[in-house]
Amino acid sequence: MTEPKKLKVATCSLAGCFGCHMSLLDIDEKLFELVKVVEFDRSPITDIKHCGPCDIGIVEGGVCNAENVHVLKEFRRNCRILVAMGACAITGGIPAWRNNVDLWDCFQEVYSYGIGLENGQIPNDPELPLPFDKVHPINEVVRIDYFLPGCPPPADAIWKFLTDLAAGREPKLDYDMLHYD
Amino acid sequence: MTKTFTLDGKVIPFEEGETIMEAAAAAGVYIPHLCHHPEFKPHGSCKLCTVNIGGRLGAACTNRAAEDMAVESETEALNADRRALTQMLFVEGNHVCPSCEKSGNCQLQAVAYHLGMLTPHFTHFYPARDVDASHPDVLLERNRCILCELCVRASRDVDGKNVFGIGGRGIKARLIVNSASGRLADTNLSVTDRAAEVCPTGAIIRKRHGFTVPIGKRLYDHHDIAEVPVAGMERPKRD
Repeated sequence: MTEPKKLKVATCSLAGCFGCHMSLLDIDEKLFELVKVVEFDRSPITDIKHCGPCDIGIVEGGVCNAENVHVLKEFRRNCRILVAMGACAITGGIPAWRNNVDLWDCFQEVYSYGIGLENGQIPNDPELPLPFDKVHPINEVVRIDYFLPGCPPPADAIWKFLTDLAAGREPKLDYDMLHYD
Repeated sequence: MTKTFTLDGKVIPFEEGETIMEAAAAAGVYIPHLCHHPEFKPHGSCKLCTVNIGGRLGAACTNRAAEDMAVESETEALNADRRALTQMLFVEGNHVCPSCEKSGNCQLQAVAYHLGMLTPHFTHFYPARDVDASHPDVLLERNRCILCELCVRASRDVDGKNVFGIGGRGIKARLIVNSASGRLADTNLSVTDRAAEVCPTGAIIRKRHGFTVPIGKRLYDHHDIAEVPVAGMERPKRD
């Protein structure tokens, strides 16, 4: 008997803190069960730089620069199901606090006036992605199929969500697993 | 004979003059709401408590109960409307739950949990709103204000101080402070005032009391708002 085909999963972190990815790793020993049914494509876990066709794409973080848009669109093109994971992907989150601060003021505060800085200068390498004046939730850029809230979503919520999706069920979170913080 | 009406088929007794919301609360039935508070005059602005009253939609907090009326509340359509209203409240302000002191004890958040809101869905406004930290004991964080006017009613009707008001119209409506400078520090608001603790969100909060209750032990961490009487608004159970 041949083994059932594994689901291909890609993950990425845009304007996020990687906290959601840490929470994904926090499913601990269930990771062994997870890798029996899924195979990771592009992800910080595999260090693969571009994703091929996938069953599920999981995106952490909002959109704060041009590169985020390219990555997000690559995910949308390649993933059958695209999931917004965590507060930043869903609402912009903490990075969106800068939406009412002028971008140049923001840069100066961080790179010129920051405490302990000497000869601070604002990064200006052409390889750096173009920052946007506002941070946006990812559903304002591409169509999103599912939202998994939390800051981060609890490991159990991620596990429940992924196993529901893998089993072809509509993901459903219990009250205890639904949190915005 | 006690007069009754039905709410989702359940027989609810009421006293003459009671609203649908009051009678439902007394019978232990939850109707989602944000601007309603049993201690204050109905406001009817958040529209979350909209119910179907014999084929017409109306706010449960402002419509009086009447003999034999048939009211529907827990329908898929009404809850979808409530969810959309809640989503609009989220995108209209800057409700950043992860960094809010009220998170876990916030009625806006709890109602959203109750309605199963997974995303605010609509395009975020990210409005520019002022924070007033001038008062020594009370913080006014307008990013989190939903214009329910509970603080306005509490300050006017209970504290007798008239500290708060709503200025502007439509999307420009905002919570304003009744002092020449417009600053909270220049009013006679006291931290013990009803207006200082009635806010359902984190818009008016006591300073130096943030994050004192750990995650997991907060009001709505494990209990749906339908099961939790809000502090100070325990439902007046009828004998």
